Amino acid sequence: MATAAATLPPPLPAVRRVHHWQERLAQGLLVACCAALILFLFAPLFMILVKSVQDKDGAFVGLLQFQQYFETPALRQSIVNTLWIATAVTGVTVPLAFMYAYALTRSCMPWRGFFRVIALTPILAPSLLSAISFIQWFGTQGLLKGLLGGASIYGPIGIILSSIYATFPHALMIVLTALLLSDGRLYEAAESLRTPTWRKFFTITLPGAKYGLVSAAMVVFSYTVSDFGIPKVIGGNFSVLALDIFKQVIGQQNFNKGAVVSLILLAPVFVAFVVDWIMQGRLQSQFSSRAVPYAPKPKRWFDGAMLAFCVVVALLLLAVLGMAVYTSFIKLWPYDLHFSLRHYTFGLIDAGVIVSFWNSVKMAAATAVFGTMFIFGGAYLLEKTTGMNGVRKLIRLLAAIPMGVPGMVLGLGYILFFNHPDNPLNGLYHTLTILVLSTVVHYYTSSHLTAVTALKALDNEFEAVSASLKVPFYKTFFRVTVPVCLPAILDIGRYLFVNAMVTISAVVFLYAPQTQLASVAILNLDDAGEIGAAAAMATLIVAASSLVCVVYAGVTRLLLTRTQAWRKPSAAG
Amino acid sequence: MNTPYLQLNGIRKSFGRFEALKGIALEVARGELMVFLGPSGCGKTTLLRIVAGLETQDAGTIVQDGRDISRLPAVDRDYGIVFQSYALFPNLTIDSNVAYGLVNRRDRRESIKGRVRELLTLIGLPDSGLKYPSQLSGGQQQRIALARALAPAPGLLLLDEPLSALDALERVRLRGEIRALQQRLGVTTIMVTHDQEEALSMADRIVVMNQGRIEQIGTPREIYELPTTPFTADFVGKVNVLPAIVEQGGVCRVGTMSLVLGRSDLISGTAVKLYLRPEDIALSMNGAKATNTLPATVAKVEFLGAFCMVGVALDTPGVPPLVLNVPRHAVAEAQLRPGTAVSVCLPPAALRILS
Ligand SMILES: Nc1ncnc2c1ncn2[C@@H]1O[C@H](COP(=O)(O)OP(=O)(O)OP(=O)(O)O)[C@@H](O)[C@H]1O
Ligand SMILES: [Mg+2]
Repeated sequence: MATAAATLPPPLPAVRRVHHWQERLAQGLLVACCAALILFLFAPLFMILVKSVQDKDGAFVGLLQFQQYFETPALRQSIVNTLWIATAVTGVTVPLAFMYAYALTRSCMPWRGFFRVIALTPILAPSLLSAISFIQWFGTQGLLKGLLGGASIYGPIGIILSSIYATFPHALMIVLTALLLSDGRLYEAAESLRTPTWRKFFTITLPGAKYGLVSAAMVVFSYTVSDFGIPKVIGGNFSVLALDIFKQVIGQQNFNKGAVVSLILLAPVFVAFVVDWIMQGRLQSQFSSRAVPYAPKPKRWFDGAMLAFCVVVALLLLAVLGMAVYTSFIKLWPYDLHFSLRHYTFGLIDAGVIVSFWNSVKMAAATAVFGTMFIFGGAYLLEKTTGMNGVRKLIRLLAAIPMGVPGMVLGLGYILFFNHPDNPLNGLYHTLTILVLSTVVHYYTSSHLTAVTALKALDNEFEAVSASLKVPFYKTFFRVTVPVCLPAILDIGRYLFVNAMVTISAVVFLYAPQTQLASVAILNLDDAGEIGAAAAMATLIVAASSLVCVVYAGVTRLLLTRTQAWRKPSAAG
Repeated sequence: MNTPYLQLNGIRKSFGRFEALKGIALEVARGELMVFLGPSGCGKTTLLRIVAGLETQDAGTIVQDGRDISRLPAVDRDYGIVFQSYALFPNLTIDSNVAYGLVNRRDRRESIKGRVRELLTLIGLPDSGLKYPSQLSGGQQQRIALARALAPAPGLLLLDEPLSALDALERVRLRGEIRALQQRLGVTTIMVTHDQEEALSMADRIVVMNQGRIEQIGTPREIYELPTTPFTADFVGKVNVLPAIVEQGGVCRVGTMSLVLGRSDLISGTAVKLYLRPEDIALSMNGAKATNTLPATVAKVEFLGAFCMVGVALDTPGVPPLVLNVPRHAVAEAQLRPGTAVSVCLPPAALRILS
């Protein structure tokens, strides 16, 4: 060993690069990005950990509060309730979404584009809308109350039905992607071997979609576990974890207990998130760029059956949305069904609640604009500049976290961190700014991934070429990177806007009377028994989000035709 | 007297525990086209990127035109670069792409326009200024990338496998064009490739690299005719290898047969390897008695176009089979086919001994 060591050349002093101010600038911005994520994501979550092991007076008590929690039967019941509700929702939504996606991708039924749009409409609505709608259909005065055979919609049934409605489009999008990525050549090969249809389904379709299915299941599961709006409106006395946090924090002002419940809620969501993350990775790697899309051939019976299925599902979805909209436009369900705008005029405008709608629009617009700038800029610095590899790793990790954190937990973290008297930033508390910040952070992961995917599709050497031509990196960013990635940037903006319009769980802890948001207003109106006005507010949200989506579609189409000259056909399609 | 334009000294680079470059030293003369040639993963690209300042070496110095640039960032160095992927900006017209590095220098608009036109004419695409990169063929895009790199008149041109994404015909045409252009402008150029034909046809000098080290530096002829290491002999061109033991009097023994070496400075009893190019082996039918002529039997004839590759087994036992290049006509004349008895001649002058 000694001789071997002696023959090694002596360690040379490392070559220290001189850094150009442009590199320093990029690295400075990267560090700023990282600092922002630590401040607005990590620190609040860390505060929850701290609070969960402290008592009300701030003394360290270890796991005592967890012990107390588990000794309270009612609270323990919440865990069981939450898990079985989420399991039931997942068990229904995922097969339903799979079947629907199967019809859209593997059949030749007519109006596939139309059915796709209908199935995605629930994304535009706050989750509360479905709860209100189910109350109208099946509640005490419901039209179809008889169908429940004496059971009450207020409770698990209502939660499950509303959650299925709310999660359906999320599951559908994931499964749809998985099915679209499958390689048509596999089916051609199978056909040349005279494989029967059912065998193709079990040997090609299902295995191809399996990661997508698991991923969809995880997303549905964590959505249901995390959502507190639905159980609040339609849950009756049925307790779930998300609602417990709300009760502890808002009802009893017991932040420490809230922190404990948050961590318990975090556990299943985080597990689901990790599984989903792995599945998404496999889904990506499974996709080969040379795959040929599958082109279905018309088959009368199959197409007919698929069409029938989609019509039924679409009608059910429309019935939920339609009932809420309808409720907002009639005098009083079910006694006076005359058309009336009084829920809008009296219920919202005269009552002054309409302010929350404009707050929401402002908040969503700010989230879309600033969020997109920050997220895309951050992703650019991360992917296309060099140096500071430690910081880069940290940002990658931090950017992945929000998807695994329920909104309630994030919101509570924000209270604990920003409402702390010693925090110099506590002036932010109750402002519109903090609502924007929390929403950007809450929806960070998906947007970040969209940005990273778009950036990765660019040639890796653009930055090297600019450097060799002595053009500063930010010039190339604005002249090349942004224009080429504009479709993705618009997509991120729309995603943030739509979600900011409907989000409730994080912001419910953070608003002040003057910054109340539309979704929170629905909750309060519903509490006050103003279900007509609540429906009107929900309708306004859907209208605003739809408008933004239509504008987005228009702008994107215009953009793609304008830039058709240089975008390759594959990029435009 | 004639100081080299670019000097690399003791360049080392590791990625984690993997040593990609293990001490590289070389000099590039002004106006020279130097080719880095080596198998995949030998560190060619890494070395090029270090010259460009896109990677930082762990140790070693780089001097360009008398200036130590070892520690300078890419922006402060003087070079133009063309990547395998071209990296043309897709949303900018050809004109804007070529002008990209000029606009930044705050040149006058007229002079920029003039320069762009000049370059597009130079590369033979004077009329495509208003098109976008995706509307051009691969070869045309490559030439635009070249024009963009040359536009600010850099002192050094770096090309990383510039032709590998093109089809065979386009590749051959473009390599002639690039070489002509380079000679016309007299720009010092480093090109990376793993294609030996490309290297032999274009280079003033070739640097053969293997596993992070330089195997040999020399002109294409030197590299081909006088390889100094087994790796170079094997990597550039085809070669027959015969294990041999040196004997007294300029002779060596291969298996049970004796070969005249044409040199007698080797210590008898040394184990060596003889390297022999397939085209250097002469084939005769009439048993002519030149030095080192041996009886053999044709084992295989493979048609390759102008040449046929003929595999022969020597009739002497214990000698590995040889491969010969024989012109198409000669094969037809001699009616070579498996089983034909022939004589092969291994000229002493063509036998290279590398231990
Ligand atoms: N950033 C990096 N991180 C880790 N390893 C790297 C990195 N860049 C290069 N390497 C490794 O260093 C070695 C040399 O890489 P390099 O790209 O220089 O090879 P090359 O000679 O250009 O090969 P090719 O002909 O495939 O382009 C390879 O084994 C590669 O895997
Ligand atoms: Mg390379």
